[in-house]
Amino acid sequence: MSNTAGNHYYVPNGTKWPFIGSVGLTTLIVGFINLLNGSENGKYVMIVGALILTYMLFGWFGQVIEESENSTYGAWEDKSFRLGMSWFIFSEVMFFAAFFGALFYARVLSVPWLGGAGDDADTNRMLWEGFQAVWPTNGPGELGGEYEVMAAWGLPALNTLILLTSGVTVTWAHHALKKDNRKHLIIGLALTVALGFLFVFLQAIEYKEAYHTGLTLGSGIYGSTFFMLTGFHGLHVTLGAIMLTVMLVRSMRGHFTSKNHFAFEAAAWYWHFVDVVWLGLFIFVYWL
Amino acid sequence: MNKLIQIAVGMMGAAFTSGAYAAWETNLTKGVTDISHEVYDLHMLVLYVCIAIGVLVFGAMIYSMIYHRKSKGHKAATFHESTKAEIAWTIVPVFILVALAIPAAKALIKMEDSSNADLTILVTGYQWKWQYEYPEEGISFFSNLASDSREASARDSGIDPATVDNYLLEVDNPLVIPVGKKVRFLFTSNDVNHGWWVPDFAVKKDAIPGFINDMWANVNEPGIYRGQCAELCGKDHGFMPIVVIAKEESEYNEWVEQQLASAKETEAAANKTWDMASLMEQGEKVYTTSCVACHQAGGQGIPGVFPAITGSAIATGDVAGHLDTIMNGRPGTAMQAFAGQLNDADVAAVTTYQRNGLGNSVGDMVQPSDVKALR
Amino acid sequence: MNAHVADTHEHHGPEKGLMRWITTTNHKDIGSLYLWFSLIMFLIGGVMALIIRAELFQPGLQFVDPQFFNSMTTMHALIMIFGALMPAFVGLANWMIPMMIGAPDMALPRMNNWSFWILPFAGTLLVATLFVEGGAPASGWTMYPPLVLQTGAAFPMLIFSVHLLGFSSIMGSINIIATIMNLRAPGMTYMKMPLFVWTWFITAYLLIATMPVLAGAVTMLLTDKYFATSFFDAAGGGDPVMFQHIFWFFGHPEVYILILPAFGIVSQIIPTFARKPLFGYSSMVYATASIAFLSFIVWAHHMFTVGMPVAAELFFMMATMLIAVPTGVKVFNWVSTMWRGSMTFETPMLFAIGFVMMFTIGGFSGLMMAMTPIDFQYHDTYFIVAHFHYVLVPGAIFSVMAAVYYWLPKWTGNMYDESLGKFHFWISTIFVNILFFPQHFVGLAGMPRRIPDYSVQFTDFNMISTVGAFGFGLSQLLFVYIIIKTVRGGEKATDQVWEGAEGLEWTLSSPPEYHTFTVQPDVK
Ligand code: HEA
Ligand code: HEA
Ligand code: HEC
Ligand code: CUA
Ligand SMILES: [Cu+2]
Repeated sequence: MSNTAGNHYYVPNGTKWPFIGSVGLTTLIVGFINLLNGSENGKYVMIVGALILTYMLFGWFGQVIEESENSTYGAWEDKSFRLGMSWFIFSEVMFFAAFFGALFYARVLSVPWLGGAGDDADTNRMLWEGFQAVWPTNGPGELGGEYEVMAAWGLPALNTLILLTSGVTVTWAHHALKKDNRKHLIIGLALTVALGFLFVFLQAIEYKEAYHTGLTLGSGIYGSTFFMLTGFHGLHVTLGAIMLTVMLVRSMRGHFTSKNHFAFEAAAWYWHFVDVVWLGLFIFVYWL
Repeated sequence: MNKLIQIAVGMMGAAFTSGAYAAWETNLTKGVTDISHEVYDLHMLVLYVCIAIGVLVFGAMIYSMIYHRKSKGHKAATFHESTKAEIAWTIVPVFILVALAIPAAKALIKMEDSSNADLTILVTGYQWKWQYEYPEEGISFFSNLASDSREASARDSGIDPATVDNYLLEVDNPLVIPVGKKVRFLFTSNDVNHGWWVPDFAVKKDAIPGFINDMWANVNEPGIYRGQCAELCGKDHGFMPIVVIAKEESEYNEWVEQQLASAKETEAAANKTWDMASLMEQGEKVYTTSCVACHQAGGQGIPGVFPAITGSAIATGDVAGHLDTIMNGRPGTAMQAFAGQLNDADVAAVTTYQRNGLGNSVGDMVQPSDVKALR
Repeated sequence: MNAHVADTHEHHGPEKGLMRWITTTNHKDIGSLYLWFSLIMFLIGGVMALIIRAELFQPGLQFVDPQFFNSMTTMHALIMIFGALMPAFVGLANWMIPMMIGAPDMALPRMNNWSFWILPFAGTLLVATLFVEGGAPASGWTMYPPLVLQTGAAFPMLIFSVHLLGFSSIMGSINIIATIMNLRAPGMTYMKMPLFVWTWFITAYLLIATMPVLAGAVTMLLTDKYFATSFFDAAGGGDPVMFQHIFWFFGHPEVYILILPAFGIVSQIIPTFARKPLFGYSSMVYATASIAFLSFIVWAHHMFTVGMPVAAELFFMMATMLIAVPTGVKVFNWVSTMWRGSMTFETPMLFAIGFVMMFTIGGFSGLMMAMTPIDFQYHDTYFIVAHFHYVLVPGAIFSVMAAVYYWLPKWTGNMYDESLGKFHFWISTIFVNILFFPQHFVGLAGMPRRIPDYSVQFTDFNMISTVGAFGFGLSQLLFVYIIIKTVRGGEKATDQVWEGAEGLEWTLSSPPEYHTFTVQPDVK
């Protein structure tokens, strides 16, 4: 629980960053909305929004990093950060749960139903005659036309290996940090970041291949679940890799101590989360 | 002052007795099937249980509000738990709930058992009408909101809905079924979700595009039963009623014969060549039943939602493009493919009508044979 | 534990003028912002409800077109739920949780600012849909595909405003969880926390578990419309009903998100005015937790008519009925708290009692709808509308009003006008019943919901309901007046405010200092 009475909890002064963040986020979104509604200059609005957001991120995190380096935070504040980060990751897990839910629903329920399983013999007979429920599928309407199934044991298996290795290297870096071994910390982190971006790169190659063989977002429910799950995962890997890059730069600048390095741990947790999601993906999207 | 009150009371009285006094319905429909009776009884059962619990809970509250108030000098007791009481009011509701769940489960299982039906009818929801198909008999027709209701409902129509018979609950072609037979309804949709609901049968099921649901009814008494679409399906969700006429079997059979005969007639008509006047006349009819809900009576559409026909580049442009839009619709929009809904003559007529009516004057004609060639 | 120097930041006052509100990191300021925002949204959503009710005064179309009517229904619900009720509860949490657990502020004050300052942007985006081509979303707040995919230019605005609203709630909830877990004063163990804190603690978990799921669901809508995916399209192997499952996996816990904090509020108020400790504190906590747990396994009771397998229907029916048990425990506990108390009936108590009674009425109709075979008759009729307004308006909204009257003297240092408050309670209660009770009748008699025009036999009850709506709406102007009057001045409130009140917040001055509990109190 908390600490002894009389100890101060750091309550910061007013801050402009969140408001700027809202402005940036809204600008970005309004740009995207315009783009979706067919107005080309939405792109430029989006760029402006992204720039404002970047400015906000630098400003906000810059301030926090500075405070952290000035020992503004103690163990008490540290715990709040930890709680905040863990529950944030939990909410991310639930975001992925929605898409995994869609995947399971399609595989276990809707596709078999369309094929006439359960009470749905009439659905198949009267609406989708001749459709057979097999996974993967682009549905009885064969949306998106011919496509090829993504094999699990090629690039995806390699990517699994890469992510698992990066999980090891980041842990190694963490142990090094705890032992104040800055050199190993930096090497470990650099390796992790490199592996992260390698993963993203390979994923991009895989996407390119998929589109060449006809598998697109429009390839029915298989294409939809495949790209949405791996796509959001890829996005999170990119985010995680950026976070780790920041940690790498900070480590090189001599930030963090063996006792006080919450930011590093947060990024590492995030990395492990991304890792675990990938395992789920590998099993349910590629393998089974 | 007195006079004012008199007027007010008079007006309120008039409002409450006007027209629909007899229809001060406050309870669930009992209906005309065994299942609907069972549902009604369940409803009354759970209602009485709730009222009884309510009387107990509110009674205790009101009692203590009257007697345990500070102004009466009541001193507060200090108790703040009682394991016994708490266990009791956890267990007792569980028993009550189990007692409710058992008959409910039984009724549900019966309702969902649609095996051994005597007759099957496929019901398809459209924005905003129903299609009824009898696969075995080979009958198929659409059922639209009756035109007098539609006219009266319009803003500034000047028609008092109370003067329209069965306002919003009347259709041009009702569904007809025999009494005493297990009729199985299959539901699907052509566009968005709809819900087919006839309270008298206790049948409500969603019509979902791409899937088929089912439900059944075995009607005990001949009569006319009315219901409405029960799933939000867009602008005219409130304007797609359901009318079912249950007939004795012999009358039902007669009706089937009639349907088959009139289907032949229309087919013959479709094969001849039409002149402009009759195309326009028929076209206007088709337009007012099938297109008016979206493109509006004068063809002006609803800006941003449904395009205008008047002056439309499609409707005044190339015939092929116009016919293509009407016959194949626009996938992903509310514009349906009418090829499967209208026969050749009707498509030809409505196309001609859109080109030469509603403020357009292209001057050409489309013949049923042109449409046939495109099928 | 660190022993860092007490830094100079500690003794600052707020900035001046508008910048104070834009940059504030103070839980009280942010709480006030939330509450004002919520009040404005309540008025906007309420005016939309009045447009609905005006159109439904008599059969035939009088004021609006069907499409716009559907937009009103949709926007009314979205604004009331995401704009009015949830921010009101978050505002109360911001104000009260730190003061109730003896914390110096919220655990993550800067993020707290962001949670709030996303809302006005999200709200504007939502309201702006009224002015774009094709009109505001008109698919109901439940946003079912394929219908929602027919929305015009408003579609992406709807999706992204839901994303923003969700983002804000998630950050708000994380903050609440961190505050409760980390900033309780020494001695304030979990089982000593006031119930308002407990119910919010559990609500916050519901939020972080379900809002991301909603975000996922609307993202799939977006890609289905613009990027050719087919999650909800049978032709591609998807299913429109899949959306309903994902939506209600969020949606049902959401309705408890809207009621658990209300339970907490009422559990604070009733003991105060009964001058008797809350009956069954620990069973209240367990009941709240059970409701939260059950809320994750009952979602499909909103979908009994979509054609699920019978086994699933039976499961969801029974699980739903079970929720009556823990909720009943709460009701019985409140009644037992009142039983043999020494009661007085100030405005907060009146609203709390009104809450218990009318929420229970709404709960009963909920139980009726939980029974699948009869829900086939109730589903999508005004019976449902009556049910959820009973739990939401004389339920949740009344609890917010009770809370405002209860804590307003603490917040402002001024007593509100008691007789005006009582008057506000009575007219609200009378009109709200005139408004919603007849809806049970038209619903049972067969009037579907979400329709702009109805057949003539439903006229009389609809007229009564509309009269009630305008009466209830006007009564709320009085509420606004009372609040503004109290903020501006009035009889000074004592620190204790209420004779029977207990808890840390009453040990502070009225109004409390800008920064309170910078030194944590010891709780015995
Ligand atoms: C605050 C919000 C709130 C709350 C608390 C509830 C509480 C409950 N709701 Fe409600 N509900 C909504 C908001 C809420 N609901 C909304 C917004 C909708 C419509 C959504 C839409 O479609 O737009 C809805 C719809 C809805 C449906 C779907 C109906 C349909 O569309 O066909 C169902 C069906 O089961 C249901 C059931 C219940 C039940 C069983 C409870 C239970 O929690 C109630 C429990 C309480 C009691 C039972 C009373 C007190 C108990 C006792 C005194 C103990 C003894 C009692 C007995 C043993 C009977 N609700
Ligand atoms: C917290 C949630 C909440 C709240 C508080 C309310 C409050 C009200 N609701 Fe609503 N409602 C919903 C949630 C809520 N509702 C939901 C979820 C739906 C389902 C939507 C759907 O189907 O998708 C719904 C749907 C709904 C319908 C059904 C629409 C339909 O099916 O087509 C109706 C109809 O009567 C209605 C009425 C009202 C009224 C009269 C109030 C009143 O309590 C409002 C009172 C407030 C005011 C009136 C504002 C204050 C006053 C002023 C600003 C002064 C001006 C006043 C005058 C000039 C008189 N609501
Ligand atoms: C449920 C609503 C609805 C109904 C009923 C309907 N339409 Fe349409 N119609 C639309 C919509 C929406 C569009 C615009 C499609 C798009 O965005 O491409 C449209 C477009 C058209 C167009 C092209 C107009 C243009 O300028 O782009 C024509 C022609 C047309 N419809 C004819 C008809 C005919 C003939 C009927 C009846 C037999 C009919 N429609 C019934 C909704 C409807
Ligand atoms: Cu069709 Cu509602
Ligand atoms: Cu629910």
